[in-house]
Amino acid sequence: MNFKCSMVGLAVVAALGAGSAQAQISDGVIKIGVLSDMSSLYTDLAGAGSVAAAKMAVEDSGIEKRGYKVEIVSADHQNKPDIGSNIARQWYDVDHVDAIVDVPNSGVALAVNQITRDKGKAFLAVGPGTSDLTGKACSPNTVHWSYDTWMLANGTGTAITKQGGDTWFFIAADYAFGAALERDTTAAVIRNGGKVIGGVKVPLNTQDFSSFLLQAQASKAKIVGLANAGGDTTNSIKQAAEFGIVKGGQKLAGLLVFITDVHSLGLPTAQGLTFTTTFYWDMNDQTRAFAKRFAAADKGIYPTMVHAGVYAVVLDYLKAVEALKSDDGTKVIAKMKEMPTDDPLFGKGSIRADGRKIHPAYLVQVKTPAESKAPWDYYKIVATIPADQAFRPLSEGDCPLVKK
Amino acid sequence: MTEIFGISTQALFGQLLIGLINGAFYAMLSLGLAVIFGLLNIINFAHGAQYMLGAFCAYFLLQYAGVGYWWALLIAPVVVGITGILIERTMLAKLYKLDHLYGLLLTFGLALIFQGIFTNYYGSSGQPYRLPEEFAGAFNLGFMYLPKYRAWVIVASLIVCGSTWFVIERTKLGSYLRAATENPAMVQAFGINVPRMITLTYGFGVALAAFAGVMAAPIYQVSPLMGANLIIVVFAVVVIGGMGSILGAVLTGFGLGIVEGLTKVFYPEASNTVIFVIMVIVLLIKPAGLFGRER
Repeated sequence: MNFKCSMVGLAVVAALGAGSAQAQISDGVIKIGVLSDMSSLYTDLAGAGSVAAAKMAVEDSGIEKRGYKVEIVSADHQNKPDIGSNIARQWYDVDHVDAIVDVPNSGVALAVNQITRDKGKAFLAVGPGTSDLTGKACSPNTVHWSYDTWMLANGTGTAITKQGGDTWFFIAADYAFGAALERDTTAAVIRNGGKVIGGVKVPLNTQDFSSFLLQAQASKAKIVGLANAGGDTTNSIKQAAEFGIVKGGQKLAGLLVFITDVHSLGLPTAQGLTFTTTFYWDMNDQTRAFAKRFAAADKGIYPTMVHAGVYAVVLDYLKAVEALKSDDGTKVIAKMKEMPTDDPLFGKGSIRADGRKIHPAYLVQVKTPAESKAPWDYYKIVATIPADQAFRPLSEGDCPLVKK
Repeated sequence: MTEIFGISTQALFGQLLIGLINGAFYAMLSLGLAVIFGLLNIINFAHGAQYMLGAFCAYFLLQYAGVGYWWALLIAPVVVGITGILIERTMLAKLYKLDHLYGLLLTFGLALIFQGIFTNYYGSSGQPYRLPEEFAGAFNLGFMYLPKYRAWVIVASLIVCGSTWFVIERTKLGSYLRAATENPAMVQAFGINVPRMITLTYGFGVALAAFAGVMAAPIYQVSPLMGANLIIVVFAVVVIGGMGSILGAVLTGFGLGIVEGLTKVFYPEASNTVIFVIMVIVLLIKPAGLFGRER
């Protein structure tokens, strides 16, 4: 009797368990919103490519074959925090979106970070740079993949300062990202015995950098640090060449350069640039295979570290959802932090308590036109920064989640 | 070294010159806008997109036909000018009897369509356009390093603006044009084909935008959004100069370039708002603009 009872009980529990795999998924569908810049300066490095990467991740996870329904939606935040916030609220409140992914532009990302936390959903940040997302603004509902300003600053700033580039002048984008990048690079430069002798804050989406370059030239700093991204970076590098910054003996340090920027500048202008990245398509068979598939899906553009990050983070998110059999944002993020990560693009890694995804970073140099053998064959990997040194130590981020 | 407000005079000269170069672009673009507004009463919001089309035209010529910079400087304005003529004939011509707003909305819509199409196919990062060989290198002026191409921008802009002003203000053709805007029926009665003249004027204004686009190609990335970033500033320039005033547009273009350049030195964060602050002040004190006539 006793035995029989417990068998029935087990069967009931098992049946309930199977049923609840679906029942725990809100509205029966895992809905992921790709919030990105679809029309302005960050379109190529994120944008439609991020949507394509998210779709590839859903396909490769095979989750739909196991009975789950996944839906990807996307929207353009136009680099405006107010527009991005409105979309995030609409998605969470009305459209039953469970997780928001990407969000290039730190200003928008910080707003989405707070909204996601208030609503108990999941924010899979890839595009934004600011290290505050895992620092003082860290949240139990946010994971930050691919890169951040501290990692860029540490990788590039340290390497260049150690090579003798010990006086810096910054040309920084005048918003959250530029400020964070300048702050973090300044710290790296000072840590390595260099000093910062000046800087300018430039409005986002500036066409003409000549005036700022002239100020950089007048400062006589050995290194001109470009704390900007996307179209701003390409325009400043192109005009720096025109004004003979490098010929005059100063060196340019692109702090955040994506492969799409190098492609757009062309090797004759971009050659020799040194910077830090966490993903390059030509590293192993898996990254190469991903890049080929991705390029076919995104107008021939090869994946940036943002695209790769969107792919990897969605894959990891779905894994956690499946393990939990729930798409409750707070629980899924906690699960993601608990599980080790493993994906074809970043390899094995982990997500820390502050939400920071840990993996190695690479110091790369842009090839000369003669060295480049094929389209998109752009980088030489100069050094690998191991995962445990690539990102800001957990104790230094001032993340309230860590102190507890 | 002498200093003014903590900035060496040498650096200041450099910044003034840079301001003048940017002013040259403002002048070329606002000139086209002023011509179109002055003669057609159309607020051509597609001007930025047409500037972008000019740059792309140069890029296509070089990329697919191997046609270099100098020919592009001639061909791109003609090609883009012809598209302008088509737009005027098929769309704008139907709006002359209506309020200004309709022309503004139509051209704004066209600008968004052009930008959207190009962003879709060419992305936002832009395409590289090589600096012509002749302009490689720079002049060392002592106080700054002036790229040869930037010097050419000032010269070309002055030539274009000067000759446009001369044609419209000092020649017989120009007097017909000005008369046609004052009283089209009367001019038509003298046997002059006014609609054709207006069509050609729009084509010419658009060609000026395309010319500026080709001039910009070697300096900036050839990108679908290059015009959108510039057009609002150029509108402010035209409003400050006085809607429809050609001389006003040119002088204000150069002048505001310099003001913007100085702002970039003293308070760079404000460099993309300073022009609008000036616009507000000018509109409050002299609503018709610095060089405009009250109608």
